This record gives sequence, C-alpha cells and structure tokens, in this order.
Amino acid sequence: MTSKKIINKMTDSIDPSLFEFADYDESKSELTGYSNYSFWRSTFQVFMKNKAAVALLILITVVVLFMVIQPYIPGQKSPTQIYINPETNLQYRNVQPNGEFWFGTNSIGQDLWARVWSGARTSLFIGVAVGLFEAVVGITIGALWGYVRRLDAIITEIYNVWDNIPTTVVLIILTYIMKPSISTIIFAMCMTGWLQMARFVRNLIMIIRDREYNLASRCLGTPTSRIIAKNLLPYLVSVIMLRMALAIPAAIGNEVFLSYIGMGLPLDVPSLGNLVNEGRALIMDPNQRYQLLFPAVVISVVTISFYVIGNVFADSADPRNHV
Amino acid sequence: MKYYVTRLFRSFLTLMIVITIVFLLMRMMPIEGYFGSGFDKLDAGQIEAKLKNLGLLDPLPVQLKNFYINLLKGDFGKSITYRPKVDITKILGDKLITSLRFGVASLIVSLILGLSLGILMARYKGKFWDKLGTCYVVGANAVPAVIYYLLIQVFFTDIFKLPLLFDKSDPKSWILPILCLSLVNIAYYAMWIRRYMVDELNKDYVRLARAKGLKNKSIMIRHVMRNAFVPMAQYLPASILYTVAGSIYVESLFSIPGTGGLLVTAIQRQDNTLVQALVLLYSSIGILGLMLGDILMAAFDPRIKLSNKGGSR
Repeated sequence: MTSKKIINKMTDSIDPSLFEFADYDESKSELTGYSNYSFWRSTFQVFMKNKAAVALLILITVVVLFMVIQPYIPGQKSPTQIYINPETNLQYRNVQPNGEFWFGTNSIGQDLWARVWSGARTSLFIGVAVGLFEAVVGITIGALWGYVRRLDAIITEIYNVWDNIPTTVVLIILTYIMKPSISTIIFAMCMTGWLQMARFVRNLIMIIRDREYNLASRCLGTPTSRIIAKNLLPYLVSVIMLRMALAIPAAIGNEVFLSYIGMGLPLDVPSLGNLVNEGRALIMDPNQRYQLLFPAVVISVVTISFYVIGNVFADSADPRNHV
Repeated sequence: MKYYVTRLFRSFLTLMIVITIVFLLMRMMPIEGYFGSGFDKLDAGQIEAKLKNLGLLDPLPVQLKNFYINLLKGDFGKSITYRPKVDITKILGDKLITSLRFGVASLIVSLILGLSLGILMARYKGKFWDKLGTCYVVGANAVPAVIYYLLIQVFFTDIFKLPLLFDKSDPKSWILPILCLSLVNIAYYAMWIRRYMVDELNKDYVRLARAKGLKNKSIMIRHVMRNAFVPMAQYLPASILYTVAGSIYVESLFSIPGTGGLLVTAIQRQDNTLVQALVLLYSSIGILGLMLGDILMAAFDPRIKLSNKGGSR
C-alpha cells in the first residue's frame, strides 16, 4: 500500500519554486533559438554526399584545367598546322595514334590531339556563353512576365509566336544571314534558347508570387524590383543553376547539329562539331574510326559531367533536401 | 465549346504572324541562293528575268498579299529550287507518310520499353536497376544524339549483321533506325513514369486503398496507372503528330526518304515556297497537338476544366 498524502487546500500541492523568475542566461537562450543553418554550407554538404557527382566534378575540373593550360605546355603541336613527313615530303595523312601523334592525324595531316583540345575549348566557350546569356535574359524576362500582370498578355503572345517558329529555321536563317563564326553561332543559339528559361522562371514566379509574405511585402510598399530580387529569386536558385548547367550540353549538342547540316563554324576553326563531322566521313574504314571515337569520348565526358553535376547541384540547392 | 472556338481563332492569328515572320526572313536571304552554282555566268538581264518570274521583284506587301491569296485557295505553290516546278503537296505527300511510319513505330517501341523500364526503376528504387536506368537516362539526354547514332550504325551493323542503309524491300533495315529514334524517348518516358510513381505511391489515396486491403496489383492498375494516363493523354497527340517532322540525323544516316532534312535543305537552297509550307505545317501541328491533348486530358479527367470560369485565379 502506498501512503496517500492528504491535501487540505489545492494551493498546498504547488511547488512555489516553479514560479520564481529565471535569470537571463545568454548561453541557454542560444540553445533553443539559435540555428547555425547556412544555405550554401548545407547545399555543399548535400552535394558532397553524392559520390558520383563529386567524382565527375573532380574529373571535369581536371579536364577543363587541362583544356585551358594545354596550349601553353611545351612540346604541344598546333591544332591547325599541317604536318609533313620530312623523309617523303608528304603530309602525315590519317596516321594511326602513335608516340608522336597521340590521337593520330586527320585526313590532311593535322594533329588530332591538339585539335580535340582546341575544339573542346571552342565548344565549351560557346556553351558557357550561351548558358550565361540564357540565364540573364531568361530570368529578367521570366521574372517580369510572371510578376507584372500588365505584361503577361503581351509577353505570352510574343512567346507563342516565337515558340512556334521551328528552332531549326531560326538557327539556320541567322547563321545564313550573318557570316559563320563563333559569335554568330552564340547569337543564334541565344535567340532560341532564352525562351525555355523565361517560361520556366515565369511559371515558378506565378506559383510563389501570391504567397502571404509577398502580399505582406507589397502592403508595406516594397518596390517590385526589390520583391523580385529579394523574395522570389532566392527560391529559384536551384532551378536556375540546373538550367544553366543543362544549357552547356545543349549548346554543345546544337553546335554538333549545326556542323552536321553544314551550317557550323568555318572548317579552319576546330570545334567538337567539326571534329565529329570529319570523323563521320571516315567511319566506314575500321582503321580510321579513332578519328570519330576520340572527339566522341571528349564530348561524352564533358556533356555527361555537366548534366549530372547540374542535376545533383539543383537537388542539393533545394532547401527541402537540407537536413 | 466557346473556349475552343476562341482558342482556335487565337491560334490562327499566331499562325499567321509566324508564317509572315518566316516569309520576311526568307526574303532577307541573298539572291544568289535562287540560282544554284551557275550564278556567275548569268548576266543582269537573265537574273532579273528569273527573279521577276519567281515574283521576287514585287514590293514585299504585294508578295505577301499574293501569298495569302494563294494560301486561302489551298495552293501552297510550286517548289523553286528543290525540285523545280513540282507541286509542294506532291513533294511532301510520300515523305510525310514515310516519316510518320517510322515515327509511330518508334513511339510504340519507346512507350512499351520506356514505361516498363520506368516501372522497374520505381519498383527497385535506389537498387541496381534504378541506378542502371539512371545511367542510361543521363547518357541518352546529355550526349548529343548523333554521336551514339553513329556508334550504333557502325558497330551494330557489324555485330548483328543488320543492313547499313534503309531499303524499302528489306524489313530488317527498319530495326536500327527505329532503335535510334526510340532511344531518347525511352529515356524520357522511363524518367517520367518513375518520378510519377515514386511521388504517387506516397499519396493519401494510395494509403487509403492499401488500408482498405486492396492488393498491390489492383492499386497499381485501378488507381495509380489511371491517374498516370492524364498527363500522358495531354502529351501523346502532339508527339504522334510531330513524328511527321522526321529526324534529320536518323533519316540522313540511314538514307530514309523522309521529311527529316527537308526543312534544312529547303532553307539552304532558298526554296521559299517549300519552307513556308513546311513551317505552316509544323506550326499548325504544334498548335493542333497541344489543343487535342487538352481536349483528351479533359475527357480523361473530369476534374479538369479548360475555360476560365470559376477558377481560383
């Protein structure tokens, strides 16, 4: 039997010490309210958990670094010079990969190793330039389109028209009207590429623009530009990064496509598209297939890396995936 | 009903603007293009005579007016340089059907393979099949298609003893082009159904069905899959219609007489009438496909209403 304590009055059972004022203690208050959450550090942590992406990131960093310093390494051959065999005075045509020509030579005696790296530089430059332009223009127009209601109808109409002109037509006519060069190609791709980005940003902004905190901001008189920049865009970081990362493989693919239909860069500018095209002409000869395989491998490494890194980074930049 | 009429009308306007822009763009090309290789040998009189014959010397508004009037009569005109003086409809007819056959065949293949792969991936999420499938999807999406097309053409013909080029009388020559056409679509459908299933299986109605004691199989068939058809219904008509546009890579690699490279060739050779007809065709297909998709989607899912009435915004 447990002994029962008899309470005469209700107030007797209350411990008076519970009702004393606590002293203010800084360290204790930080235990509950303080969080050391940081967006970029969490993003980094989540990203590092994906082993494949980290491996590809290291790989692509090494490849890009090598791409940049390759022409400055002593003993490298020129990508455009035609090499002539001193004994026979003939060009080194279609030489198989060997000690001197690491990736062999092409049909007029140029060094494929140097051409592959030079081509990769050109293509990557196009990709990055297009990606950046798409991001800037796409975000600006997308944000205005989604946020400013008065512009909605006009931009939607422009979008409908522009989107209904086949991309091929725009790409080809622009490269036709302007002279074929790197800047022409970049311009043509930018003209068609920003549409997707703009629509994407617009749809996202439509979703979050009427949330309560934006309503509150607007009531307090925050200017539109500030609402867009401070309240909306941070939400979009992950998708924007994804789109930019995907724009690089897409631009490389477009360059290959334009070269394939004969509207690419001039032949004396080595680019991955031109190299694939040169290699394509020789695939029927099993001994010459290396001329296609080497550029193909480099293209695959670059595009797959950017694709995977972009996707994984977008996932890790999404706050919902943070711990 | 009223919704569709307004929408059709607006689409028609869009179409007119599109075709006008392309019309004007084509007129910006250099005049040398209309003459092929013999341009240098012609004197000014001959050049002027030919241009006049083509109606290119009229002021632009007049050219546009003539073009619209012919279009209203249903006359696309005759080809200028591609196959001179042949009716556009005659050039297009056979090519469209060839491309459509290949496109639909590959669509069926990719639906079957893609959906099965996607379901397999969702079932074994995070396991071996999922990882293998993801590798495939990444590869198919990231690498420019022409590279693996070329590799397939070179190595599969050797290994499986398949014909290198398309030949109407040889059914085996269909295999590789259809395989090539399907690769990207398989990846698309697999990724889509995988994400869809993973999302959907965590939803309340699936839990309720499971709590009711329904078997996994009937949950999948009667609930999840039926819902999955709704976005599918919206996407399918457009993708069936789009197959008439053909694939420039596959058709040129396997020498299939389809529409794939036609647009590019037509622009390069400045065959204005052919370009205009093609652009008109492709744009209307895009608009029509989207609209058919919406109608089909609304038919499949009674919750979807297309008119703006009563919506939240």
